[in-house]
Amino acid sequence: MKLNLCKETIAQARKYAKSISQHTQDYIDLHTTVAVERTICRLLGIDGVNEIDIPLPNIVVDHLVENQLLSTGVALLIGNAAKTLDFQPQEIAERISDGRLNLTQVPLNNLYDAKKTAFTYAEKSVSKIKENRSHRKSLIEKYGEKSGPYIYVIVATGNIYEDVTQAVAAVEQGADIIAVIRTTGQSLLDFVPYGATTQGFGGTYATQENFRIMRAALDEAGAKAGRYIRLCNYASGLCMPEIAAIGALERLDVMLNDALYGILFRDINMKRTIIDQYFSRVINGFAGIIINTGEDNYLTTADAVEEAHTVLTSQFLNEQFALMTGLPEEQMGLGHAFEISPDVKNGFLYELAQAQMAREIFPHAPLKYMPPTKFMTGDIFMGAVQNALFNAVSIMTDQKIHLLGMLTEAIHTPFMSDRALAIENAQYIFNTMEGLGDEIIFKEDGIIQSRAKVVLDKACALLAQIDKSKLFATLEQGTFAGIKRCPDRGKGLDGVVLKSEGYFNPFIELMQRGENNAN
Amino acid sequence: MLIKPYGDTLDDGKVQLSFTLPIPNDDKGAAAAIILAGKMGLSDPQVVHRKTLSEGFTFYVVYGSVAHVVNYAEIHVQSVEGDVMTMDEVSDYIRENICRKIVVIGASTGTDAHTVGIDAIMNMKGFAGHYGLERYEMIEAHNLGSQVPNEEFVKKAKELEADVLLVSQTVTQKDIHITNLTELVELLEAERMREKVILICGGARITHELAKELGYDAGFGAGRYSEDVASFAVREMVHRGL
Repeated sequence: MKLNLCKETIAQARKYAKSISQHTQDYIDLHTTVAVERTICRLLGIDGVNEIDIPLPNIVVDHLVENQLLSTGVALLIGNAAKTLDFQPQEIAERISDGRLNLTQVPLNNLYDAKKTAFTYAEKSVSKIKENRSHRKSLIEKYGEKSGPYIYVIVATGNIYEDVTQAVAAVEQGADIIAVIRTTGQSLLDFVPYGATTQGFGGTYATQENFRIMRAALDEAGAKAGRYIRLCNYASGLCMPEIAAIGALERLDVMLNDALYGILFRDINMKRTIIDQYFSRVINGFAGIIINTGEDNYLTTADAVEEAHTVLTSQFLNEQFALMTGLPEEQMGLGHAFEISPDVKNGFLYELAQAQMAREIFPHAPLKYMPPTKFMTGDIFMGAVQNALFNAVSIMTDQKIHLLGMLTEAIHTPFMSDRALAIENAQYIFNTMEGLGDEIIFKEDGIIQSRAKVVLDKACALLAQIDKSKLFATLEQGTFAGIKRCPDRGKGLDGVVLKSEGYFNPFIELMQRGENNAN
Repeated sequence: MLIKPYGDTLDDGKVQLSFTLPIPNDDKGAAAAIILAGKMGLSDPQVVHRKTLSEGFTFYVVYGSVAHVVNYAEIHVQSVEGDVMTMDEVSDYIRENICRKIVVIGASTGTDAHTVGIDAIMNMKGFAGHYGLERYEMIEAHNLGSQVPNEEFVKKAKELEADVLLVSQTVTQKDIHITNLTELVELLEAERMREKVILICGGARITHELAKELGYDAGFGAGRYSEDVASFAVREMVHRGL
């Protein structure tokens, strides 16, 4: 261990984070949301849209809301209707949509039968997700796992077919992970759009069909290149668990998924987010999907030197929230970023300290490292140098999910050539500096070690304070990214309800129990 | 005064450019790049680097000399006028000429999720050593963040009795920022508020000229800071007697 960090402080910080997440979990366990229930609909096999493009999972859940049935949970009601009327869940949804069926008028004959029927349908998608997981595993075994950082690039044309062209080109150039950026504003939609889409702004709609199209294209490009190409999308916003579910069904490999991001940066209500993130992580964990957390975003609004400890604090929290859902450390792409101003003297040393610290504190996590964005100016030549330094930190500190910096950051969504230049830059540095990290040790009590110590101490102190005042109150105080949020404001609060007695969600049990044997 | 780009000798007209063509990387492709550069007005173009990006896509770096000249003396641009005051001078100016705190609200509106621009102008810390409006003694600054719908923005402006409205548009595609900025002006006019506020937009794609065209009082592009915005806003308030 190069930084000589205090083990007791790390253990203490973890203890606080665990206590915070447990306290929050008590709240989560009592509630459900419209997004959670729509996710259950999807996993029970309900898909498609009505004649005006409203997704059937929304229609079913809205039907529950209108009839004050949401707190019962959709699984029991669909299970009961399926058993009593002998319909498939999809037929039930279609009938509700047509107005031919009202769930309040289906008598609940036998609770046991209703649950059992729900489990039968639930197991279908659970086994499909299991198959996806083992298919991924066999492909990775066939091609061999890559050592060193995964080269992660984004495509963002707005048109899924154009995205495919760009993604395939990026794979040929050496990309390991392709992320399809979502259209701006999708995180605030309280439904998942349907079908293949060709119009988006700054990105492409996340839909199940778009996932399928890109998955097939990357499998094909990967077969050609002899590598397993990972596909990434965003399980965030108001449809966090729904997107996790469709991602699991279409074998996505990586998903942006942060416990706090939506609260801070999208003004989504904190209760809603915290409940939604739980179920989304249960699904991601079970599906073998690596989550990427969003700590890097703090540094786009707050100062990277002064607020570095909030990044570490959030990493500790994200770790504990994830462990709570059964998601293993190997799937925790905890995030951070290279965002210190180029004007700061020894800024590179601070970046090195932060990255190495994350590596040592979270030894099994495939850390996600984000490139400079805040101080990218449009001077593309300088930008290439900034990205090169970022690449150097990544290879020296064994970061895993390496999001490439584009020299045209802050100008436009990447051109094909921007991406190629970025990959060339990274490959050069990863190759020429491959063994450097193993060769160097840091000076005892030098700038790097001292910096890491300060950040860890401050993070531990902040966690102690959050543990005392609890998470929701902390979010009210503007501790993260300088953004204040109120528990009774923000988008999506009206979609939160207290579970009634007898509520059940078959997937919590199936996925948390099944997680280990799926491995 | 006729000017041309400068490489290492006056009027050599040297420029560098790079682009991708949807063709294979071979001699014929390089010839295509040279012909294209010729059509762009470059004499003696040279492909100094070419690289395959993907099957059927090739990247070129080209140098050449521009044949065209620009008459510099004849150019007229619209830019925001007036000297830029420092933070303290702005505060003094407000005290002396407006005699009360002014209210500024800002947001990244529409679907734009980027707060970099509005934060740089408004946040306490500011950007690149320029403190943001929140630190100005005589300014009550409200940063509403990103993805604020225009309707919501106007509602807030009314509620807070804002004097100055700042709108940031950072990343845009297919010119959605134009539609969005125009919509805000229309909303303000419909609410009969347009004349009562100073309306300013900013962002990498924004020029003062574009801003005026869209019905804004001013537009600030890259490399402008809170002082630029504040200096204009307070002078304009006094000028319009707000």
